[in-house]
Amino acid sequence: MNKPRILILRTAGTNCDRETAFAFELAGGEPDLVHINELARGEKSLRDYQIFAIPGGFTYGDDIASGKILANEVRYKLGEETKNFINAGKLVIGICNGFQALVKAGFLPAISGNDIEATLSFNNSGSFIAKWVELGKSGDRCVWTKGVKGRMYLPIAHGEGKFIPRDKDVLRALRKNGQVVFRYEDNPNGSVDDIAGICDTTGRILGMMPHPERHVLGTQHPQWTRKGLKRYGDGFDIFKNGIQYVKEFL
Amino acid sequence: MEWKIEIRNKRGIFDPSGNGIKKDILDLAIKGVKRVDVSQVFIVSGDVSESDARRIAAELLTDSITQEYEFGARRAESGAGRRIVEIAYNPGVMDPVEESARKAVKDMGIYGVRAIKTEKKYVIEGRITEPEFKIICEKLLYNKVIQHVVRTQRHKDAKTQGVGYKFKLITVDILGANDKKLINISRRGQLFLNLREMREIQKYFKRLGRNPTDCELETIAQTWSEHCAHKTFRGVISYKEGDKKPIIIDNLLKSTIAKVTRELKRPWCVSVFKDNAGIVRFDKEDNICFKVETHNHPSALEPYGGAGTGIGGVIRDILGVGLAARPIMNTDIFCFGRPDTPQNKVPKGMLHPKRIMKGVVSGVRDYGNRMGIPTANGAVLFDDKYIGNPLVYCGTIGIMPKDKSFKAAKRGDLIVAVGGRTGRDGIHGATFSSGELTHKSEEISGGAVQIGNPIMEKKVTDTLLKARDRDLYNAITDCGAGGFSSAIGEMGQDLGAEVDLEKAPLKYRGLSYTEIWISEAQERMVLAVPREKLKELLDIFKKEDVEATVVGCFTSNKRLRLRYEGNIVCDLDMGFLHDGIPRFERGAAWSRPVYKERAETPSGDLTPYLLKVLGSWNVASKEWVIRQYDHEVQGQSVLKPLVGVRNDGPGDAAVIRPKFNSKKGIVISNGINPRYGFIDPYWMAASCIDEALRQVTAVGGSLKNTAILDNFCWGNTDKPDRLGSLVRASFGCYDIAKGYGVPFISGKDSLNNEYSVHGESISIPGTLLISAMCVMEDVEKAVSMDFKESGDLIYVVGETKDEMGGSHYNLIRDIIGNSVPRVDVKTGKKIFNRVHEVISAGLARACHDLSEGGIGVALAEMAFSGGLGAEADLRKAPREDAARTDSAILFSESNTRFIIEVRKRDKKKFEGAMKGVPIGLIGEVRDKKDLRIRGLSGEDAVNVSIDKLKEAWQRPLKW
Repeated sequence: MNKPRILILRTAGTNCDRETAFAFELAGGEPDLVHINELARGEKSLRDYQIFAIPGGFTYGDDIASGKILANEVRYKLGEETKNFINAGKLVIGICNGFQALVKAGFLPAISGNDIEATLSFNNSGSFIAKWVELGKSGDRCVWTKGVKGRMYLPIAHGEGKFIPRDKDVLRALRKNGQVVFRYEDNPNGSVDDIAGICDTTGRILGMMPHPERHVLGTQHPQWTRKGLKRYGDGFDIFKNGIQYVKEFL
Repeated sequence: MEWKIEIRNKRGIFDPSGNGIKKDILDLAIKGVKRVDVSQVFIVSGDVSESDARRIAAELLTDSITQEYEFGARRAESGAGRRIVEIAYNPGVMDPVEESARKAVKDMGIYGVRAIKTEKKYVIEGRITEPEFKIICEKLLYNKVIQHVVRTQRHKDAKTQGVGYKFKLITVDILGANDKKLINISRRGQLFLNLREMREIQKYFKRLGRNPTDCELETIAQTWSEHCAHKTFRGVISYKEGDKKPIIIDNLLKSTIAKVTRELKRPWCVSVFKDNAGIVRFDKEDNICFKVETHNHPSALEPYGGAGTGIGGVIRDILGVGLAARPIMNTDIFCFGRPDTPQNKVPKGMLHPKRIMKGVVSGVRDYGNRMGIPTANGAVLFDDKYIGNPLVYCGTIGIMPKDKSFKAAKRGDLIVAVGGRTGRDGIHGATFSSGELTHKSEEISGGAVQIGNPIMEKKVTDTLLKARDRDLYNAITDCGAGGFSSAIGEMGQDLGAEVDLEKAPLKYRGLSYTEIWISEAQERMVLAVPREKLKELLDIFKKEDVEATVVGCFTSNKRLRLRYEGNIVCDLDMGFLHDGIPRFERGAAWSRPVYKERAETPSGDLTPYLLKVLGSWNVASKEWVIRQYDHEVQGQSVLKPLVGVRNDGPGDAAVIRPKFNSKKGIVISNGINPRYGFIDPYWMAASCIDEALRQVTAVGGSLKNTAILDNFCWGNTDKPDRLGSLVRASFGCYDIAKGYGVPFISGKDSLNNEYSVHGESISIPGTLLISAMCVMEDVEKAVSMDFKESGDLIYVVGETKDEMGGSHYNLIRDIIGNSVPRVDVKTGKKIFNRVHEVISAGLARACHDLSEGGIGVALAEMAFSGGLGAEADLRKAPREDAARTDSAILFSESNTRFIIEVRKRDKKKFEGAMKGVPIGLIGEVRDKKDLRIRGLSGEDAVNVSIDKLKEAWQRPLKW
């Protein structure tokens, strides 16, 4: 079978596209960096890919609010295309700024349709923060984290990562549906219920603030000089799962 | 129509920014503020219906989960217990949010919007007086250099947007001017040219038989500015040292710094001292380049914008090196006044050092993070002498394919301006930075300060590299100081250039031809494009919404000819412009000062001293700064700025792996210590080089693959003592770099770092930054500085001498001292090579270089970073006889020393490998979390828990 094809969305201010592409490549995929204008103009189409990845960055400077202008653009320019992509059973991942965009465009958590049911807001510290965090995995709904055991050690790098659900009902539904994928062991930003990553009700759309693509190689671990060098980093499993899912089901 | 939309947090939503301001207000010693609310105001104007404006407010501008909006809000007035202020940008200041917001509105299918202005509204609740409120506004909420309080119902942008520009050629009468008038012309025009230079210009135009236009004069002033021409380093200097006979130095740069490189002839040096940055070979396919710039004066006036545009500028240097390199890492070094300086000690017209620091850090953060370039290394230093003139060094490393390392514009190539539009921002930056700061600088030179737009620069980067890879241009230069004038003048130096200034895209109407030519508006690059490739090139930019415009072409007549709407406004001979600057001799003198000493403290418990040194501003943890920088983006980091069992220990140097599929890496470090320069700039330079190389070596790099950069920030070198110390430092650079065999590949000087109050000029300490870059063969050999395991052996490598001059031990005792640390390159080189060998052989489990605070600080840092204790005995440390007290051995800052942790079973191998260099087995790593150091008498000199050490080290900057 051909290698799974991943569309990695680029636009003004995207800046984690290269390492995200590398992570998918390492996992056996064939990534393609595509500018949003190419999609909007119809030069490229989501139909030709099995995975849609929105990487980290500061799209449009995070002006107004993080991920907001990209979310607005995706809704207006790629709304139908994205919905069709999702309805075709394909995979979506949004990391950091990509997560913010998916939430603000209503593609996550998508408990009932594409209403805005949550947001990612300013860290409690009021400042951007770059550090490594321990993540606990919760639930098995998400196809991206299938078989992941124990904790995952990944870096965060964001100013607006505080996850806030719209209300108690949304939070309850997230828990009940198994849509909470990752929780911080030591909450760095004030996220409600320590939530670091969520998926939609199908488990095929994953959004997370921590950066799995920054920990796919052993030398990326901040303490490899203490703990010894492993071949792969903790984040690699996520990309492997994505590729594996495409190979098995799509 | 105009719609005002105010966005604020919903009740019950925690507002970190209001909370942060509340904390900062307490810092100003103003109590009584109960609550600060911040809201964002958008003013949408144009042909927009109310329903569309409401859609914009609800869907785009408001986060429906956390915020609510008020439509058409009236300007609220302050009342009892509640003060309100609204802040807007000054006309002409870049507001990046406006551009993004307009794009988003168009995405929604709403097209009539002409402008979106933003304002910030602050509501301060509590009991404060009117004067207190004024202090809060001026010290925290806005900076008049770029912002103002909105007083009327609506701000007017008439100055920049309303009025158009009508061409009128302006000439300056210099033909008939006497000396006094020439000086006046220079001063009034902010040209910063001296009399000899003005006379030379007069001579040139006398030959032509006409007066210069304002544009010609500006072009010459800018090209001849210290900033661009480096008159001091390239001039003739008569240097006198102590009682010795004066010597003549013809071109200090060529006879010291560049001489090292010339004599060493390293085959891997690809391009040095020519281009924007130094280029060295990385591997078979790629080269890497490194440049460090300074942005001091703008950062003094507007720290956030100054530092942001500083980093934006050095990134453009890297984009403009060869045919463009991809930026892969940033390094930033700052020098500030002490953050605890009392407000009444801050000179008039200056911002408080803490405010400068917070502004600079957030400026670098917001620009670097948005560009997606990791800031993985740096330093922050504090000294009272930086209070009127902070230093902001910004460095960027880039990578480029081998065959993209050189450029040459060709005759007939089109001049294409790419990126941001030209505005009235940043006028006179090059000349401004070549003069001293005064308390009036912010009024006179406020225009030199700008706010950057990193997303524009990111777009330019992305598209530019695509164009590069398709070979669509012959040359590229960034628009930095001097704007088009500098960029096009430089590119066309050997050819000649013609430019039609009215073709340059403008941010707003009203700019004169001269303003267009010298504006330093950010995020612009200039390309030399062969005509047949123009279409393909423009297409690449257009596809990703980047503006690219043909503004002229390169000729072959060696003239710089500028037109505005067909009128000639500048016609200069390139030869005169670039080589006509008069060289003249300057006097320089240096003699060694003598400082008072203090009787040595008796042996005994040195723990309080160790705690104090650890908690001194320079040594203390910089985690507060580092965590605000994204040091992981691009995923290449191998050794991070913070290391150890809790990721909070001070790493020696950054190691990155720029290509995922290769184990080859780059080590980056910085050496800086102005305190040694108080005693002797020669040994300061020596120590800075040694420090940068120590850090490279400590993580696994080797001297033979290392190149260095110099960056001199000095006072006004028209004064002989300032110039004298600069000369002496340059001599140190030559001797030590040559001795160690490390070439300089690039450098920079920023002179005139002085601040005058009441006619008295305060100079910064002559500050030399040495940045090192090493190509590391195998990043998997890298070593971090944290202790790894109990039972391991601890060695000190290198001899400890009685060198307390300029040390931090002396600093905490309020003296400078005289015995400055020296460098012995013969022994030093041997030590560097051996340490590199044992690290490559995997014999070192941890390695830390000894610098500020000596053995005491290094042991403490290694212990608490590893979460382990240690026992050590000072009697076992290799030392010269003169170092005969506990405090000397513990705190001396002698160069070329390391502490290395070795497994017991590797003892023999390690000692064998280190044969011939001074080493001492001083102790062992322990599980018990105490640091216990025995002194010469056998009694404890230090005995303290590592938690206490760490607390002392972390406390000062835990903001």
